[in-house]
Amino acid sequence: MNVLDINNVTKRFGNLVAVRDVSLGVAKGELCAIIGPNGAGKTTFFNLISGFFPPTAGSIAFDGTDITKLSTHERVTRGMARTFQITEIFPELTVFENVRIAAEVAGGYRLRPWINRSEAAQINQRVEETLKLVSLEARADRLVGELAHGDQRAAEIAMALALKPHLLLLDEPTAGMGDQETYQITQLIRRLHRDSNYTIVLIEHDMRVVFHLADRICVLDQGRMLAQGTPQEIAANETVQAAYLGNAA
Amino acid sequence: MSSEQTRKLIALAAIWAALLFAPYWMAPLGGYTALATRVLVLGLAAMSVNFLLGFTGVLSFGHAAYFGLGAYGAGLTLKFLAPSTPLALLAGMLLGGLCGAILGTLIVRRRGVYFAMVTIAFGQVFYYIAFQWSSLTGGDDGLRGFSRQPIDFGLFKLDILSNANNFYYFVLFCFALVVGAMGFILRSPFGRTMIAIRENERRSRFLGIPVERHIWIAFTLSCFFMGFAGALYALVNNFADPRGLHYSQSGDFVMMAVMGGMRSFWGPLLGAAVFVVLQDYLSSITVNWMSFVGLLFVLVVLFFPRGLLGFIQRSKA
Repeated sequence: MNVLDINNVTKRFGNLVAVRDVSLGVAKGELCAIIGPNGAGKTTFFNLISGFFPPTAGSIAFDGTDITKLSTHERVTRGMARTFQITEIFPELTVFENVRIAAEVAGGYRLRPWINRSEAAQINQRVEETLKLVSLEARADRLVGELAHGDQRAAEIAMALALKPHLLLLDEPTAGMGDQETYQITQLIRRLHRDSNYTIVLIEHDMRVVFHLADRICVLDQGRMLAQGTPQEIAANETVQAAYLGNAA
Repeated sequence: MSSEQTRKLIALAAIWAALLFAPYWMAPLGGYTALATRVLVLGLAAMSVNFLLGFTGVLSFGHAAYFGLGAYGAGLTLKFLAPSTPLALLAGMLLGGLCGAILGTLIVRRRGVYFAMVTIAFGQVFYYIAFQWSSLTGGDDGLRGFSRQPIDFGLFKLDILSNANNFYYFVLFCFALVVGAMGFILRSPFGRTMIAIRENERRSRFLGIPVERHIWIAFTLSCFFMGFAGALYALVNNFADPRGLHYSQSGDFVMMAVMGGMRSFWGPLLGAAVFVVLQDYLSSITVNWMSFVGLLFVLVVLFFPRGLLGFIQRSKA
């Protein structure tokens, strides 16, 4: 069964059709990359999946249930986590505190006015494990706002992971990064995919990253799904080359 | 224990010691016990406003309404229902809190300026009700004809009416209860979701926090605290004033919170102390005392954006 099933979704903003009749199925454990030129509707498509706004037409199913009408936080509660193109974190809190909030919400403690010692110990352990996964354990007590850009992105990914998601949505995880940071984040995503078996959908501009990581690539252009297939198929696809790769190369 | 934790504990002990001995050190400095009582009550109100402003990141400009409702709730209880101080406090807190809970459902969908405007509007509704409904509230003259009652412990009665020190310690006890509850909540998982919303609403939503519901809970809690402070204020004055519901009173509370330091838990208490003491001192000299308080406020905002307490903490660190 697919983790995510998107059926013919369309999103209009007035006269502009940002996403036009797009369908996509993502299997468990798959890493699917969405590429396309600027303005192709990639982020709008992500916003539809994560419930930032509802689609004008079409439906979205997650783990076999229709979630088209669910709000963002309900989707998160069902196991969907995302990061943003521009890092969204709690800048004045420490790395540890950032991830702890995610872990407590995921543990169902968000409305609790108290937390007992064994529960707190469990949460702390979960936070430390997650920080280890993204190699931030040495910076746990630093304020996130003071970290380097790459580490902030890693912290945002850690917050998403602390939710124990069935589906991880990453919006341009390497945006604004130098080569070294890009390499580190790419290795991290690769580990999450290969070793921890996360199901991941990501938007990415850096073709090296995309071809290095993806099981499958979807190409959006002017709101439409131009093509999808394995990296080899996409690299060989003439329509894609004409519309996108041709200009870039 | 880290040195930062030690420093925090010492600061906390100093604050409580200062409050505990206030009636004794204030007199030699030219103060008097009733002034300290007012600082505690208005400080509690400013801290309640800050529970929302400083820790959830939403600005209510109508919190005086719930403060005033607490005062009227307490006054009306003492006047018409029963001569019991604890009952009056409970009634005041419930009136303020429940009205906040109901109106909160309409307010929490707004953000920023709109949130502030809607809170002012609802606050003014209560002000005009208190102002116009003379038969119940005494209208413009305020609600009179009640006084705080001795606390009955069974074995003995505690006189809080004529003994200023007794009343101060009674208020300090109430203050400690509410402030303790606030501190407890802020250290809990729920409190951390409030701070998360303050820091980044979008991130909070995408962590699975239903932001509106959490803001509503924080708003309601702060209205309960506010109602309690208002009820205490009615006991301080043996009087409930319609101007206590007015938005300019809300502005005073926000001013105390910002002046003291809205990112710190104790900042608003310091802000209230400065405000109340200046008011007490300056109003005996000039009717334009508010200009001087306003001037100080502007200076603090310009030069100490984190408030007086924020400045003190930074210069120590």
